[in-house]
Amino acid sequence: MDELKLYTYIAVFSTFAVYFGIAWWARASSTSDFYAAGGGVGPIQNGMAIGADWMSAASFISMAGLIAFLGYGGSVFLMGWTGGYVLLAMCLAPYMRKHGKFTVPEFIGDRFYSDGARIVAIACLIIASVTYIIGQMKGVGVAFSRFLDLPYEVGLYVGMGVVFVYAVLGGMKGITYTQIAQYVVLISAYTIPAIFISLQLTGNPIPQIGLGSTLADGSGVFLLDRLDAVVTDLGFKEYTTAKLGNSLNMFAYTLSLMIGTAGLPHVIMRFFTVPSVQAARASAGYALVFIALLYTVAPAVGAMARFNLINTIEPVAGEQLEYEKRPQWFKDWEKTGLLKFEDKNGDGKIQYVADAEKNEMVTVDRDIMVLANPSIANLPNWVVALVAAGGLAAALSTAAGLLLAISSSISHDLMKSVLTPNMSEKKELLVGRITMTIAILFAGYLGLHPPGFAAGTVALAFGLAASSIFPALMMGIFSRTMSNKGAIAGMSSGIGVTMLYVFQHKGIMFIPGTSFLGDMSANWFFGISPEAFGVVGALVNFSVAFIVLKMGEPAPKEIEDMVDNFRSPHGEIKAAHDH
Amino acid sequence: MENQQTYWKDNVRLILVCLAIWFTVSFGFGLLLVEPLNTIRLGGYKLGFWFAQQGSIYTFLALVFWYAKKMNDLDKKYKVEEK
Repeated sequence: MDELKLYTYIAVFSTFAVYFGIAWWARASSTSDFYAAGGGVGPIQNGMAIGADWMSAASFISMAGLIAFLGYGGSVFLMGWTGGYVLLAMCLAPYMRKHGKFTVPEFIGDRFYSDGARIVAIACLIIASVTYIIGQMKGVGVAFSRFLDLPYEVGLYVGMGVVFVYAVLGGMKGITYTQIAQYVVLISAYTIPAIFISLQLTGNPIPQIGLGSTLADGSGVFLLDRLDAVVTDLGFKEYTTAKLGNSLNMFAYTLSLMIGTAGLPHVIMRFFTVPSVQAARASAGYALVFIALLYTVAPAVGAMARFNLINTIEPVAGEQLEYEKRPQWFKDWEKTGLLKFEDKNGDGKIQYVADAEKNEMVTVDRDIMVLANPSIANLPNWVVALVAAGGLAAALSTAAGLLLAISSSISHDLMKSVLTPNMSEKKELLVGRITMTIAILFAGYLGLHPPGFAAGTVALAFGLAASSIFPALMMGIFSRTMSNKGAIAGMSSGIGVTMLYVFQHKGIMFIPGTSFLGDMSANWFFGISPEAFGVVGALVNFSVAFIVLKMGEPAPKEIEDMVDNFRSPHGEIKAAHDH
Repeated sequence: MENQQTYWKDNVRLILVCLAIWFTVSFGFGLLLVEPLNTIRLGGYKLGFWFAQQGSIYTFLALVFWYAKKMNDLDKKYKVEEK
């Protein structure tokens, strides 16, 4: 076994041992522990746990890779996935915490005084969360296949097994404390290589400043200017100005991700674990601190990875690398099939250009950029090993949070509240664990047939959450009169329109060959890509809900009183452990 | 009761101010006005690009903490703190 593999095994298995240890130490003994960690997590710890829950395989593995290839267009992910916390902190979290229930469908069911609304919310939640899990599964598969030398499918099965054991044991209490450890692992794994690379390229150890600095090669040229020059030389779009589709698409994409963030149940759930309304407001702030730490480094990681990749293949303009002299990381990634070279002109050298006819780097999977980055920059082996552990921490922590959201919505909202209200607490825990199993098998199946790279899949989940849950919550809090019928009609039409749009371009249930309009921009509505369509679905949701409200009865008086109650921190608090 | 309605109005007003800033730095500076702003430089960064990939995030962060602080003050002013 070579040194790198030894380090990787040590890093991965020692972090796993820590997680399992914590999960065992903090295992859930009641449904209150299982769903809301007993309602007693402080704002800083909660912020860290939200950070780990939030920063998924998509954030850790895919995002910087997307930015590396999209340049300025990748900004939609940076703004979209952080801007949602502003909405969450001001418009949703404090009031939902005050109301004091375990789950999002429970809040919607109470506010819209209807089991129908609750069931529609459960359906929306499951669709959005399952789509989101696909991205995590793919991330786990990629990380395992590269670092433990397993085929992608086997990596996926190993990941499914680990996530399963982990989430079933944990519950919210276990998951929260484990996620604090996972946050520390993933943020070190992300920033340490970034600091090294920034230091190498610009002489400045802070990546956020390094990205705006001059190169350390003595030329006095700014890094971004040099990058712009080399990518345009190869025929690619200029890095700092390349748009993602048109401006309207970028606008809609960013807004969809923002309101989707605020509507994702596994994130909102975290605000039920804090002890007070004040703590809920502060939690959102701390969560954003811990998230911003990664999100402001990501643009530097992306740009520097692109820079190093091109520099390796073409160290001097016009003098390409000979294929026989390719570095070890290149060979390693070729084995996974995620990097592929084809000597089209037979000169034995690697031509990497924008023109598809001449480009010989036929596959450069965006997801590998963060994982390969430390080796491309020739960093020591322990840094490479750390990145593997970080990527797995990110994927596992998010998957666990999502599985909890899915299983709690089925066992607590559907079984306990609607179908069998007399179910004992013990039985409810068991049902929760069984639903996790089903969810993970289903997600694993979709992970084998993924509809795109990991962040793309995740972006679809955001569109679905944006078009269904976010508008329902906003109307529930900011309108005192919104009625049950309005909310149900709004949610169903919002998610319906969005799913129709996604499926007609991406295939029904993402199964290849079943899309009837094709995934091409010519067929897109005003040039809006399926990933960016959530905001249109949200507008449909709001409009339908208000039309239905105007035609029917407004919410009764006791619901208006309930709204008044959760709008103010004062007064009766229904503690999460009332149940 | 009346007290509570003015509390809610003050809260909504504060939210609107925050969201106006939120919109300006991200959708305004980062997207709609990116081209004119890109003519200005911040070190190696074009300013519009900087807002899209760095500046908007720092502003979001400040906004959330500022809102939390202002709301805690409002809670005290209207005596609606949690028991």
